[in-house]
Amino acid sequence: MNIDMAPSLTLVVLVAVLVATGVYLLLERSLSRVIIGIALIGNGVNVLMLVAGGSAGGPPILGESAPEDMSDPLPQAMVLTAIVITLGMTAFLLAMAYRSWQLNGHDEVQDDLEDRRIARRAARDELSERVTDDSGATLAEDAASTRDETARGEDQHARAGHHPAAIGADDEEAKP
Amino acid sequence: MTWLVALPVVLPLIGAGAALALARYPRVQGVVSVSVLSVVLVVSVALLVRVNAGPMVLDVGGWAAPVGITLVVDRLAALMLVVSVTVTLAVLVYSLAQGVADGDEGAPLAVYHPTFLVLSAGVSNTFVAGDLFNLYVGFEILLAASFVLITLGGTRDRIRSGTIYVVVSLVSSVVFLVGIALIYAATGTVNLAQLAMRLPEIDPGMQLVLQLMLLVAFGIKAAVFPLSAWLPDSYPTAPAPVTAVFAGLLTKVGVYAIIRTQVLLFPDGRLDDLLKVVALATMVIGILGAVAQEDIKRLLSFTLVSHIGFMIWGIGTASEAGLSAAIFYVSHHITVQTALFLVAGLIERRGGTTSLVRLGSLARLAPLLAVLFFVPAMNLAGIPPMSGFLGKAGLIEAAAQDGSGLSYTLIAGGLVTSLLTLYAIVKTWNMAFWQEAPEPLPETTTPRGMIGPAAGLVVFSLLLAALAGPLYDYTDRAARDLRARVPYIVSVLPEGGRGTGQSPEVTEEGERGTPEGTGGTDGGEGR
Repeated sequence: MNIDMAPSLTLVVLVAVLVATGVYLLLERSLSRVIIGIALIGNGVNVLMLVAGGSAGGPPILGESAPEDMSDPLPQAMVLTAIVITLGMTAFLLAMAYRSWQLNGHDEVQDDLEDRRIARRAARDELSERVTDDSGATLAEDAASTRDETARGEDQHARAGHHPAAIGADDEEAKP
Repeated sequence: MTWLVALPVVLPLIGAGAALALARYPRVQGVVSVSVLSVVLVVSVALLVRVNAGPMVLDVGGWAAPVGITLVVDRLAALMLVVSVTVTLAVLVYSLAQGVADGDEGAPLAVYHPTFLVLSAGVSNTFVAGDLFNLYVGFEILLAASFVLITLGGTRDRIRSGTIYVVVSLVSSVVFLVGIALIYAATGTVNLAQLAMRLPEIDPGMQLVLQLMLLVAFGIKAAVFPLSAWLPDSYPTAPAPVTAVFAGLLTKVGVYAIIRTQVLLFPDGRLDDLLKVVALATMVIGILGAVAQEDIKRLLSFTLVSHIGFMIWGIGTASEAGLSAAIFYVSHHITVQTALFLVAGLIERRGGTTSLVRLGSLARLAPLLAVLFFVPAMNLAGIPPMSGFLGKAGLIEAAAQDGSGLSYTLIAGGLVTSLLTLYAIVKTWNMAFWQEAPEPLPETTTPRGMIGPAAGLVVFSLLLAALAGPLYDYTDRAARDLRARVPYIVSVLPEGGRGTGQSPEVTEEGERGTPEGTGGTDGGEGR
């Protein structure tokens, strides 16, 4: 049996656009944009799944259309599952972004702070020493006072100068 | 008896529902979860015994194999089930004791048990999945559960590190889904056994693309080097039992998926050299990260990344001996890494912190804790005669048989990694246990109920060493089955390329593009 597997160009272009914009948003700092990015990529991949099923045909119901005219129902079933999963995950991410905003007043995705602290200490050659000038700040306090990229809103999170070294050279906007 | 295959997935899901309904009665909830997982453990052991007669296949809903969902348990899957359920059960008992001990710091315990059971169901589902899409659904089940667990309580720290984990996991799922779509477009099936027959027929270049897509997707989940940066940042902030079960199981699920797909679907091994290079990088760079750490949980997270490299090494070596050693190493590492994280949780309770800078004198204050840390730590570093040593010895032997220059480089890299693991572990031991604490540690005691499961896992890891002979026999046979590929394919698609079950109308035209019955696909997975 020979099946027409040539995909529709429109759908392929749609996949490309959705995934490209999704990836762009995924690389943003703000979690809200990341979520939109993930939703876009997810939709793009779902369309790709449809493309994978070959060209469209009649409804895959016996008696409605002849078997050779039917479209392949399997990818559609899989897409349905994938859509539901993406929906659930997006809802969870939105809740997380909201919680982050509740706690911190922003929804920035931060770099690995502990790595930064270790690098700082290593630079001062204190890693293996017991007595350090550890200010006693926990990671949580550090996290609250660090902003990687997103602009600072109110000054309540500034507490600037407390950990000046926490602001790397690449964090222009975060400088007080 | 094939219905047994479904139980490791179905029972925890039912248990999760029951536990959620019993949210108001924490004690009953605990009883439900523990008894469900105990039953699953018994089922897994039964499966482990029964698969010696050949892989067990269940065509879900009576839809014959390439059309419907297939659940398959072969030797590899059965062994993974037994080890994973054992570890999950131990962690559950540990967390019960912790919950009783401190009234759970405002964390919503009502959600904990159901989510934990769903996680277990997801892990089991990935192990028994007989088609790629069901594998994907299994991953999503365990990911959704893990998202809830890693952000449990929604504190500032957990939200911060959880965000990274969630986003990275979702990206890896998307890559996997793209891989599935491309594979379906190329072959018209997602059934693993049928793929094993059809994939060799397509264009070699396309094969390579598909292989790489799957490798990247599973590489992120398994935390293989260039894709591992998310792990050390996100695991340590979760509650101790959650970190323990994640560290033990979730990355190994990725490793299992790599073994399954690379060996079954792409037997010509064109990426073996790539896998070996990646393994070397994972081992060495991971352990260098661990050496620099000053927090026990983070240090352990880096050793976790590093030792994933050993398993990838075994997969890359690709001979029966290499695969067998990799499977042995997986079961060893699940046990030991979980035990270490549980002990790290105990240290945190006793010392009030996991920072090596502030800990000290634990060997004097808590000698039992010291023993519990020392044994799995030495096991991780590969000190004979424990299972870590046996696993590494198996890998080195397999690599030496292979005999190429890359293999000898890997042997050197593996030995250096073991040595550096020992260094990192000894540093931890010195700072946390032997040296005097800079400030006196708080006066607390550790609940016995938490020490019990941790000790149980340590004993289990020693047992793995004691039973290493039979276990290696078993993994040898598992590896032989995997390499041969025929037992798996034949048991899924026995006569004329159809599984057992009824779908008579389509039997004659079992080619692609025929109506395949939407009801047969993964609509009812529960999440």
